Amino acid sequence: MRRAHGLWVLPPALLVAGVFGYPLVLVALQSARTDGGAWTALSWRLVTGSHEFQAAIGATVLIAVAATAGCLLLGTFFALVIAFVPFPGARLVSRLVDTMLAFPSFLIALSFTFLYGAAGVLHAAGVPISGFLYTRWCVILAEITFYTPFVMRPVLAAFTQVPADRLNVAASLGARPWRVVRQVILPEALPALAASGSLTLLLTLNEFGIVLFIGAKDVTTLPMLVETKGVVTFDYPGACVVAVVEVALSLALYSLYRWVFRRYERSGSARPAPRHEPDQSPGGDRAALVA
Amino acid sequence: MLLWSRSARRWVWLAFAIVFGAIVLAPLAILVLAGFARSWNGVLPTQFTTGHLRDAVAGDQLASLIVSLQTAAIAGLLAVVAGSWAALAVPAAPRWLRRVVDSLLHLPVAVPSVVVGLGLLVAFSQRPLLLNGTRWIVLIAHAVLVVAFAYSTVSAAVTRADPAYAEVAASLGARPARVLWRVRLPMLLPAIGAAANLSIALSMGEVGATIMVYPPDWRTVPVTIFTLTDRGNAFDAAADTLLLLAASLVALTIIGRLTRGHAAHR
Repeated sequence: MRRAHGLWVLPPALLVAGVFGYPLVLVALQSARTDGGAWTALSWRLVTGSHEFQAAIGATVLIAVAATAGCLLLGTFFALVIAFVPFPGARLVSRLVDTMLAFPSFLIALSFTFLYGAAGVLHAAGVPISGFLYTRWCVILAEITFYTPFVMRPVLAAFTQVPADRLNVAASLGARPWRVVRQVILPEALPALAASGSLTLLLTLNEFGIVLFIGAKDVTTLPMLVETKGVVTFDYPGACVVAVVEVALSLALYSLYRWVFRRYERSGSARPAPRHEPDQSPGGDRAALVA
Repeated sequence: MLLWSRSARRWVWLAFAIVFGAIVLAPLAILVLAGFARSWNGVLPTQFTTGHLRDAVAGDQLASLIVSLQTAAIAGLLAVVAGSWAALAVPAAPRWLRRVVDSLLHLPVAVPSVVVGLGLLVAFSQRPLLLNGTRWIVLIAHAVLVVAFAYSTVSAAVTRADPAYAEVAASLGARPARVLWRVRLPMLLPAIGAAANLSIALSMGEVGATIMVYPPDWRTVPVTIFTLTDRGNAFDAAADTLLLLAASLVALTIIGRLTRGHAAHR
């Protein structure tokens, strides 16, 4: 009886294996095979030796690391203010941020063209920013805007677990605010920061919409390279090589994230409030991967 | 309380307002302005029009809105059914199978969407299944990309749910199918609703995999928006984006109502 129950998991698992696992295996195979089916390392040598690919790896990692650092900084700041220096409307702000989790990322890139473009708001206001839109810094800023909610939400959840008494005691013993933040608040949020930081790093490494919509010619990331090789120049083997490298990079990070996440789940004290009610805000459960 | 002096609080709020306004609010506000701008020569648009929005609900743009809604509905349904099914069945599976299935269903989160698209192109441009150039490949791509989110949402609810209810029902003689249908599924309905919400929101905005696989007769809104910006019709693109957000919001509200209504009945 018990064995029969166990087999119920097979239909959905086989379905996902067929439409997700099998294509990935074919991608790996195609990267190392000729049209005739013989093994070859030609595509690998061509792609990995090309300047374009090396530059793309550098740009992808730089953008992801810088954007993640920015998100951690901003997300922590926003969460600190909302949790510990609340103002009227703070709840509204945190709801808005929750809603942003459901937005598509290209929306930010699109509005950046109006803000920072050659005919944009800042240019008209006389700010000398010509060309900023097409730099990697603009891509980083756009990703910070989009991914900050992914950090802010779990960190805010961790902050609200800190008892107010503890802050008051620390303050009454003479600790200045900055010291309270460093020694009382941040340690509580460390697991949330680690988990959300590694998730953000993973998502920014894989980010495609923002880079595509900003359309800077000089900013080529690995996902952009997969797209160009795959559907613009129809170099399938080349695209497959880049894809394999990217998946390897993402999987390495993802295992790190799962590991951090599991430790975070185990460390009971710093655990965010269990959410018995599934969140009804549209983006709610995208962040539930972290919270 | 963290800051005891009034002036310190004011300074922190000022900093918050500036940073939050510049980084989060400004891009959203600008997009709304752009959707309604007739001409934009100064710092802000000087004349407004609803023409871009009217264009967005006509012709090709309307066609792609309908495509997007259909794609989100079908792919979302597939993903929620497969994800919930797996989430319900995983705890009963043997330990090794549980680990394999759990990783497999979480994995699409970690794989870039363009790679999912490339994989589908490679796999379904050859036998046994030739789907390249059909709308099915778009639907599959969307379902793959959201199934992980659906699975993790529902399986979190499965672990939280109190098993006592199902055990009591079974001890009173209800058959497994009846326990599933009358006890376990109704208890999970809010989570399934949340999974459907999330699937639709993600699918409506999906661009990476879609741009790899879409056939000319199945163009989703994000692809149309990209084509518009590529041709320099930035205002039309902004209006179409606003429409996409509005349509997603309506779809999400409907699903919210449906799942909450059922939850109240039980």
